[in-house]
Amino acid sequence: MDEPIAADALAPSKGLFQERWVILKRNPMAYASFWFLIALFSFAIMGKVFTQNIIIFDPKIVRLSEKFLPPLTLYTSKLTPKEDAPAMGIYLLGTDELGRDVFARMIEGSFVSLTVGFVAVGISLTVGIFFGGLAGFYGRVKLGFITVDTLIMRFVDIMLCFPSFFLILTVVALLPPSIYNIMIVIGLTSWMGIARFVRAEFLSLRDQDFVTAARSQAIPEWRIIFIHMVPNAIAPVLVSATIGVATAILTESSLSFLGFGVQPPDATWGNILADGKTFLFDAPWLTFIPGFTILFVVLAFNLCGEGLREAFNPKLRSTP
Amino acid sequence: MINFIIRNIWQRIILLVFISIISHSVIHLAPGEPSLVDPSNPRMKPEDIQRIRAAYHLDEPLHTQYVFWVRDLFTGELKSFKDNQPVLKKIWDRFLNSLPLFIVSMMIVWFLAFPIGIKAALNRNSKFDRASTFLSYALISIPGFFLAYLLIIFMVKTFDVPVIGMRTFGLEEAPFLFRAMDRVWHLTLPALISAVGGMAVLSRYVRSQMLEVIYQDYMRTARAKGLPEDQVIYRHGLRNALLPFITMFGLTIPGLIGGSVIFETIFAWPGMGRLGFEAILARDFPVILTLTFFSAILVLIGTLISDILYGVADPRIKL
Repeated sequence: MDEPIAADALAPSKGLFQERWVILKRNPMAYASFWFLIALFSFAIMGKVFTQNIIIFDPKIVRLSEKFLPPLTLYTSKLTPKEDAPAMGIYLLGTDELGRDVFARMIEGSFVSLTVGFVAVGISLTVGIFFGGLAGFYGRVKLGFITVDTLIMRFVDIMLCFPSFFLILTVVALLPPSIYNIMIVIGLTSWMGIARFVRAEFLSLRDQDFVTAARSQAIPEWRIIFIHMVPNAIAPVLVSATIGVATAILTESSLSFLGFGVQPPDATWGNILADGKTFLFDAPWLTFIPGFTILFVVLAFNLCGEGLREAFNPKLRSTP
Repeated sequence: MINFIIRNIWQRIILLVFISIISHSVIHLAPGEPSLVDPSNPRMKPEDIQRIRAAYHLDEPLHTQYVFWVRDLFTGELKSFKDNQPVLKKIWDRFLNSLPLFIVSMMIVWFLAFPIGIKAALNRNSKFDRASTFLSYALISIPGFFLAYLLIIFMVKTFDVPVIGMRTFGLEEAPFLFRAMDRVWHLTLPALISAVGGMAVLSRYVRSQMLEVIYQDYMRTARAKGLPEDQVIYRHGLRNALLPFITMFGLTIPGLIGGSVIFETIFAWPGMGRLGFEAILARDFPVILTLTFFSAILVLIGTLISDILYGVADPRIKL
């Protein structure tokens, strides 16, 4: 008679992510941006492979007799040696002031730019989750006369008072120029929002039954935090991380404009654009190609992030 | 009320002390010194460098340097490393230049973002809504300096007006009207470009706030009473949607420094952002520090004003 109910009969018909996926699909712009970004990632990885490991597109070859060729120019030069010819005998996106193939530089730059964006956001996620989790979980612990929560949140307030771009610029300009410094500095100046998110989520999760249950089984606290609580708090954080990647790419291009971005020979969209602006009238493609690439990629990140935010926020969805 | 304000000011002063300590140590701990800016200059002998370092207390321990900086700042004695001018006067001059740019761009932001956001919310999913949503995302996503270059070319080619700098050189003798027009043309483009990002963000925010208010019960009640639609939307809807913007207004004040570095550099506008950039290039620590401190004060004043206004505007909040 009292047959146990089969476990899968109780499971929801769709998992959390399946359900969100259906909602995301309803928003055509966000859905298109999502696939655009997937395509971009594979493109960037291909670019990394084809410019560094199996060299098909070589961004470093300088051909001084071939400079400032407009896009889609066929390779016809007698002066440049045969082995320096561009792939497939065509300059797809033209050449720059040193006769380097802009297409090869752009695909090399995709990987570097995306890396800057993702590593910076990775750093800010790590720091943000760490401080936010600490403030949310151990918030009531007293250190002398103030609680951990007060200490951390006041520190967040202090960090928010700095003018962020000015601070980034100061530190990047004072440190020796290197791509790692840029990633670290961008990451370390943008974790405050994430820390606030995580703290708010943790405050509401801290007293829920599954956490009490986990505590009653004497599960170590780090395990409760990272295995039980973080996955429940992560959705809004990932959404803001998507938009964070977009912001990091824009910040890098602004730094490049002022001459403090990723230094040559590494190509990024930002420094191709910053170098190209000198030749705006002679070779407009050097400005327009990276400029519109940044515009489209950052737009895709923003639209996709906004679509995800809507999918993960039931309140925004239910308004008629 | 008075108690609330005093307590708030007190808390903010404590925050300021910590901010000054942190910014002082960040700048002094990072490698790079004023004496290293021009290492190849043959006229800089080691004795000279030593003399300069002694004059600016660069050999003292960090906490002593901090005390010197605070003392000089409050007595107004603080001198720039670069040209030995008083820092406060330098910043004040540049502040007066930045101010018109900031005010005009803020006016563009607030006067355009509200109508656009409200119209988009009222006609949800209409063509206008979709277009304004897409456009505001595009404006957030475009690198600012790229847009600035496109607009400079467009303006100069179409209207044939000067856009770089604050005024045309050599027009000091021209009639007043002529000079005024010249100033207006120089102001238009930088103000417009600085406004673009803020406008996109704010109009999205206005839209979502209005959407939240529009479906409330009291809106239906107001309509049921037979009030005209305009009154329902602007009296009953907009006034309730306005509250969060008090906070937004407080947060825009720091844009006076941080947001303007790029645009002031492009347009050669002698404002605070460019002063900061020049100071960074010259490792001019007193100017960098004082600017950071100044902008932190602006942030704190902004949030203080918005806290007080919030209490005044929303009777549900007990101060």
